[in-house]
Amino acid sequence: MKKLLTLVTLLALIVLATSVAAQDAPVELRITWYDDGSEGAVLRDLLDRFEAENPDIKVIVDTVAYQSILEQLPLQVEAGEGPDMARVTNFDAYKGFYLDLRPHVADAAYWDASFAPSVLAALRTADDPADALFGFPNQFTVTGPYINRTLFEQAGVEVPSDTMDAVTWEEWTAAAQAVAEATETQYAIAMDRSGHRFAGPAFSQGAMLFNDDGSITIDTPGFRSMADLLVRWHQESLTPADVWVGAGGTYSPGLPFFVNGQLVMYMSGSWQIGALVRDVGDAFDWQAVPNPTGPGGSTGMPGGTMMVAFAETEHPAEVARVMDYLVQVDTLKEFTERTLFIPAHLGLGELNFQTDSAAAQAALVTFANEVPKLSEQAYQLQFGGQAFAINNPIRDRLTQVITGELTMDDAVARIQQDVDDALAAAASS
Amino acid sequence: MAIKRILSPFNWLLSTVYHLIIDLVDLLMRPLQNILGVRGMAYVFILPNLLVFGIFILFPMLLNFYYAFTGGTELFPENRPFVGMDNLNQLFTCEDFLSPNSCREDLFWRAVLNTGGYVISQVALLVFMALITALSLNRNIRGRGFFRSVFFYPVLLSPVVVALIWRWILLQDGVLNAILVSLGGERISFLLNAQWAQFWVIIISVWAQMGFFTLILLAGLQAIPTEFYEAAGIDGATAWQSFWNVTLPLLMPNLFVVLVLSLIRAVQVFDQVFNFTGGGPGTATTYMVQYVYTTGFANQTKEYGLAAAASLVMAAFLLILTVIQLRLGRRGEIS
Amino acid sequence: MRTVLTFLTNTRGKKRLSLSDWLTYGYLLLGTFLMFGPVIWLVMSSFKTQAELIRFPPRLMPYRQEVATVAGYDEPLALYDVTLEDGTIRHLAQVRRVGIEAQMVDPAAPEEIIRVNINQRTPVETIYFSLENYTLGTERFNFWVYLGNSVVVTVAATALTLLINSMAAFALSKYQFPGRDAVLVTTIGTLLVPLSVILIPVFLVLQGMGMLNNLSGVIIPAAATPTGVFLLRQYMLTIPDELLESARIDGASEWRIYLQIILPLARPALAVLTIFSVMWRWNDFLWPKIVLSKSELFTLQVGLASFGGELQVQWDLLLAMTVLTLLPITFIFAFLQRYITSGIATTGMK
Repeated sequence: MKKLLTLVTLLALIVLATSVAAQDAPVELRITWYDDGSEGAVLRDLLDRFEAENPDIKVIVDTVAYQSILEQLPLQVEAGEGPDMARVTNFDAYKGFYLDLRPHVADAAYWDASFAPSVLAALRTADDPADALFGFPNQFTVTGPYINRTLFEQAGVEVPSDTMDAVTWEEWTAAAQAVAEATETQYAIAMDRSGHRFAGPAFSQGAMLFNDDGSITIDTPGFRSMADLLVRWHQESLTPADVWVGAGGTYSPGLPFFVNGQLVMYMSGSWQIGALVRDVGDAFDWQAVPNPTGPGGSTGMPGGTMMVAFAETEHPAEVARVMDYLVQVDTLKEFTERTLFIPAHLGLGELNFQTDSAAAQAALVTFANEVPKLSEQAYQLQFGGQAFAINNPIRDRLTQVITGELTMDDAVARIQQDVDDALAAAASS
Repeated sequence: MAIKRILSPFNWLLSTVYHLIIDLVDLLMRPLQNILGVRGMAYVFILPNLLVFGIFILFPMLLNFYYAFTGGTELFPENRPFVGMDNLNQLFTCEDFLSPNSCREDLFWRAVLNTGGYVISQVALLVFMALITALSLNRNIRGRGFFRSVFFYPVLLSPVVVALIWRWILLQDGVLNAILVSLGGERISFLLNAQWAQFWVIIISVWAQMGFFTLILLAGLQAIPTEFYEAAGIDGATAWQSFWNVTLPLLMPNLFVVLVLSLIRAVQVFDQVFNFTGGGPGTATTYMVQYVYTTGFANQTKEYGLAAAASLVMAAFLLILTVIQLRLGRRGEIS
Repeated sequence: MRTVLTFLTNTRGKKRLSLSDWLTYGYLLLGTFLMFGPVIWLVMSSFKTQAELIRFPPRLMPYRQEVATVAGYDEPLALYDVTLEDGTIRHLAQVRRVGIEAQMVDPAAPEEIIRVNINQRTPVETIYFSLENYTLGTERFNFWVYLGNSVVVTVAATALTLLINSMAAFALSKYQFPGRDAVLVTTIGTLLVPLSVILIPVFLVLQGMGMLNNLSGVIIPAAATPTGVFLLRQYMLTIPDELLESARIDGASEWRIYLQIILPLARPALAVLTIFSVMWRWNDFLWPKIVLSKSELFTLQVGLASFGGELQVQWDLLLAMTVLTLLPITFIFAFLQRYITSGIATTGMK
């Protein structure tokens, strides 16, 4: 009985202690985050410093699979069960649910001046205030290809972009094929399984997509020419089928093949630099090369991740403080330099990327040079509010052509129908 | 047994506590019984289960039914416009149901055809393998308990784990290809080829489910009295005849249960395949549930109405199938 | 042919091993191999280093390349046996590999770089069970948190399932009341609609009940299993009504009858349901996935699924974590397998 009494007293004390502690417990904020490389660790570092200076706020980062950002987060946010902040790429999915930070941040003019107006506007709908600050891009990306330079050297094949300013996709394909044959490398060329990755090359080949009346046209010679090329890569086994065919219905990267030296040329984008530095090491020399050119010019796709805040948060002022901290030049500069990202911030000044890798430094320069070349259509696709509605049908239907389930004619018609359906469904509510 | 002796004070404690609980519950519930009567207590007993069931299973199903007749992409039902039969019409707009390309919702009909093929071959193989295994285990062999457990073990594994185990084996550089190469064969990209992927989806599902159905059949086999076989033997029946005339008819009730359960499960196939092939290559292993899941949940434009309509079609199909089976089963029992 | 036929009908009771016996043993042993083989392969692979994992053809045992610390190099270097041009074989450490050429040094004389064709070298290897996959995996994967959640969910949900399912089964098997058949038919009818197709409505209900991001949202909804109710009801039907009648005459209340007579008699069926429930809840993946989005609440399956999505190529960690998630259920099975299989066989489907 005595023991029981002690136990009860002890329990009571614990309850008391926790409730006392709860009174001045810091505000708990949550960020839903996904990782391409090691940027989560850098964010954590930055947040630790923030927490040290702001003991009244504690930020928890929930790192989830990228798939969850695409599938579950929109649902959670719409149901009012989302986090306070998130790192997203599908920012269209959350429109109408963002928190306007303008009233809460000390210097809103700094935000306006730091980013391209079109990028900040990509988070707003027509119903939102025209100056609403819903978040900021913490990373800008450009798509573009990488090559395994060591393999070119071993094959004795000249790297086309060394001597020519404008190289077409067909020329690159032929060169990569020659290298693969000479070095007995398994695959010549590959592209991530993603409509976003496909779009840049398609625009370069002359695809148009956007009509003046706001409608979308898939079936243009330019679109077909890139689609045919992609299918040819598969028919001639120039590309690892795993990437497009083996992935089922989702995004799938070609990175492992490139990293393992099984692939000569790899179409991806600037966000892979960190992973390449980490995973390739000095196994071979890799290099980012300019986007190939074609009848439609030379363009990659812009992209990037947005750090956004959600309106349902119970602590808008605290959220704004965290966001305002993350957006400051010093913080964003450190984040960019350590993650080897291309900044979307217009005024970070001279960047001192923290890597010993000459290849990474060179790649950052190459991708930076790609930014001014991005076409207007590329921007419109990415930030016009229809990106996923267009990109995913392209990805899924072209896969069906590759596996022989659809003819190219059928696929083009189906993509058109899928895009129209998606846009109609989105418009009807 | 030593373990039992060690546990006996523990057991004593447990039964004392249990009796205390009984007395306590008895004390609390007796007034209730006095009010409701003996018959009324049935409702009390069923209430918790019914509440949980009603709130979390039945109500969502009814809500789903409503979704099927609404459109748009809004999540909350009150914001969704009522569109009547539009979703069902969209699903059934088709020139030729056997050629998905001619249908408005080609992916749905691909899924339907894939599911049909899967159900027929998977159920057939599953029942056949379970029967063979049950017959083997029913023989007078050493280590029956061990073998029985062996076949049951994969049943315990989660779909995520089963999918991962097999993907690891079937990789291009996996162990199965290594065996093929060492036997002088060529490497096969098992999951990149439509036929191979469909084949392996069936194999792994049989692998993972067989043990359960084997046990049901085994229970039936063991319930058949030996005298029946002896009688058949005296009548000069061959082994084959007594299998047909004694074993099969007496095993029918269990076979029937196996058939109904495995059929329902096969039509509802999802988790395992989704983790295994993701529905690919292309749409070769995309089945009906995955179509619903992708359309209403995974896609960026979430067409909840269309997904709900597809799930209604699926439920109706299953209902018809089950009713037919039950009818056949009943007729079988009478004759 | 004859032997195949006897196989089809034979029951127990003979001494001598006939050909059909041999066939049976052969089949069962092959079955054992096919049932356990994939899992054993998984376990063996989980001890391999990343380099060993991508090797083709793979080997059963995990090997690791020997490394040596060489003066002048910060990182330990990998050791190879190199066949030099003069035919001698030397023990060299590789500094780096460039294409088809490897730059190597002798650990004893690290100043001189020796260039060799990569086909001239074979790695020096020993068998090594790499526990790094497990230690690194549990670190990155938050294993202990997920394990705790899985245990809480499994235990609580199973206890709740047993209680409310057996109560319902008792009512459905031992009482006549209006609406009984309707309840029974509806309960079984819902087996026809899998959870995966009503995700959105379920999500809304959970949201309305405030159960999102709460373990109770995984525990409570899952408790009213139709299978459990049906299984227990079928078993309870076999309990003679006279037992209940005489208890009532002795003045026992209905709750006393349920707790003191029905539950103890239904123990075999309860045991089977326990096993099923543990299995279901431990392996549940879709439901927890939509309920839980805070990582400190993840169960093992949800964690594993998101882990796999994130690190598609990191087979080393993924395999190790998979092994860890299937260990607990394997242990339970190993200790209880006799009860499990005979329980299902005798009570499962009466």
